[in-house]
Amino acid sequence: MSRDLNIKVHHLTRVEGHGNIVVNMKDGVLEKAHLSIVEPPRFFEAMMKGRSFHEAAIITSRICGICSLGHQLTSLVATEDALGLEISEQTVLLRKLLIHGATLQSNILHAYFLAAPDFLNVGSVFPLIATHKDVVLRALRMKRLANDIGDIVSGRAVHPITPVPGGFTRIPEKAELLEIKRRLLEEALPDGIETIETMKALAGAIPQFERETEYISLKHADEYAMYEGGIYSSDTGILPVSEYLNVTNEFIVPHATSKHAKFNRNSYFVGALARWNNNHSQLGEEALGAAEAMGLKPNCYNPYMNTIAQVVEAVHCILDSVRIIDKLVDNGLKNEKPNQTPTRYGRGIGANEVPRGILFHDYTYDNKGNIVAANCIIPTGQNLANIDDDMVKLVPEIMDKTKAEITLNLEMLVRAYDPCISCSVHMLDVDFIE
Amino acid sequence: MKPQVAFFDFTSCEGCQLNKLNFENDLLDILKHVDLVEFREAMDDKADAYDIAFIEGSISTPGCVERIHDIRRRTKILVALGSCAVNGGVNAMKNLHPIDEVRETVYGADKYLFSTLPAMPVSSVVKVDYEVRGCPMTQQDFLKLLVALVMGKEPPKYGSPVCLECKLNENECLYNRGMVCLGPITRGGCDAVCPGFGQFCTGCRGILDNPNLDGMLDLMTSHGISLDEAKKRMLLYNSNEVQL
Repeated sequence: MSRDLNIKVHHLTRVEGHGNIVVNMKDGVLEKAHLSIVEPPRFFEAMMKGRSFHEAAIITSRICGICSLGHQLTSLVATEDALGLEISEQTVLLRKLLIHGATLQSNILHAYFLAAPDFLNVGSVFPLIATHKDVVLRALRMKRLANDIGDIVSGRAVHPITPVPGGFTRIPEKAELLEIKRRLLEEALPDGIETIETMKALAGAIPQFERETEYISLKHADEYAMYEGGIYSSDTGILPVSEYLNVTNEFIVPHATSKHAKFNRNSYFVGALARWNNNHSQLGEEALGAAEAMGLKPNCYNPYMNTIAQVVEAVHCILDSVRIIDKLVDNGLKNEKPNQTPTRYGRGIGANEVPRGILFHDYTYDNKGNIVAANCIIPTGQNLANIDDDMVKLVPEIMDKTKAEITLNLEMLVRAYDPCISCSVHMLDVDFIE
Repeated sequence: MKPQVAFFDFTSCEGCQLNKLNFENDLLDILKHVDLVEFREAMDDKADAYDIAFIEGSISTPGCVERIHDIRRRTKILVALGSCAVNGGVNAMKNLHPIDEVRETVYGADKYLFSTLPAMPVSSVVKVDYEVRGCPMTQQDFLKLLVALVMGKEPPKYGSPVCLECKLNENECLYNRGMVCLGPITRGGCDAVCPGFGQFCTGCRGILDNPNLDGMLDLMTSHGISLDEAKKRMLLYNSNEVQL
């Protein structure tokens, strides 16, 4: 069909940060389809220079409020690697519990508040308070519990307080952890099962679009990787975290203040769907059952299904948090002080799975424990080239739809990635140009 | 009529806005008393005018300057939310380095592709009527201000230091535990949350009026850190407020 189409969505809503969608088609030939990132640059890597290892995680958590826990923990891993700080099993378990809390909070926020309104033809979650009050209350309940995990274990869910290099400044009490466990089993698990039913009803309206791409995530020998592991590409297998620069290959494009990334192809996918494709066999039977119920199959190439993969992970987070609490309590909680005596000074790299995908922090310290160089590579930045490539394939496939329908499909595509633009610039508007 | 309320974000992490989405227990009650007319992070709607505009983030690009002037023209009351909006926050640390060096560190040879200004508080560009401090702002602090504005009262102001709130909570002083803390010169109102969880105060709510900065530096250096390091700690959140 020879058609002129000019779409420009300025400051796309229901995403974190500022981005525009720009699509320009002339006589049926697609000239431009991309996500333009207009978030003001933050310059964190420059601000980090000269700062003490005590401050690094405090500063980098401020890259993003939604992902603050992920930045903080990845920063701590990088600092501990650089300074040779050993950490205890209890510290690792508490960090894994925090990651589950943050992932549950973020995935539920995205699925219910940011993505679901598109399927119900409303502009936000707020009209749903009148029409679907029980569903909104359920989402709020799950979010509250997830945030309470952050508040209790780390002092504050947004910009956590207690996680520091070498450990924690406060260890939660046994009674606090057991109360979280009780609420996970008595409140969150039934709410999670109801969530699967709600999302099943929405899953039928998910656009049928597929583009097979390279999926990159952490991989861990013993568990569904969230905290530490090796870098796994669905194209070429596993690499140590120390080789991350060979995977991310960042490059600058004029239409985005955040950098793009590519590895074996023109672009790659990070986030819940990449983790699902790479590591689904390490999920428990409840999470696998949830995936089956919502129609998510292994090696899913539909980016819109990322939201469904997030709900599957929510079920995993609830149940695995219970397992972690049991282990912490069985081991006996120890009032450990953080280990902050460096045994070396140099370069260290941290990699964790945060809700939106694999995150890297890389610091080099001088012999006073101050930062000489810092590099942070953000999941949304890594996804930007993949989103652009999806748009280039998607727009010609849906050319017979109205401009409004095409715009909605593109907005839903970008939202499915749950982009976090503040993060990526340390990015979103939709521009259709006609 | 319920006041028309809007939220806008500038250069920031959007953590203060997220804290509002985290009012799980009170959100539905709050919405009985205000009309939320614009909040890009959570909703599609846009409005032409507002009674109260809440601003998160610093002003750091020419585009930011244009947008904040436009919002100021549309709103009756303008509130700065969080340390980025109130005094520049952590964003202002970049102001301590030469701007060309900052741009080159992040974007290399493409440094001129993206425009940037020094990170400025909202009040340096337009009139700010009220502020909620903190990084992030606390939900309690935000609610106190919102309730006051909805009821037509004057919101609370905080003039005493974090140190005082910490003592009232009977926390052990972090200096006794080998840490260096900015509690003595930092504006309170946070209930000394960080020291309460065993972590030093970073100064996120800004510096008190008439602080004894030399005394603060003496205290810090007498607890084992260099003068240079002590100054850096003081500037973490307050690069736009303190001249050292």
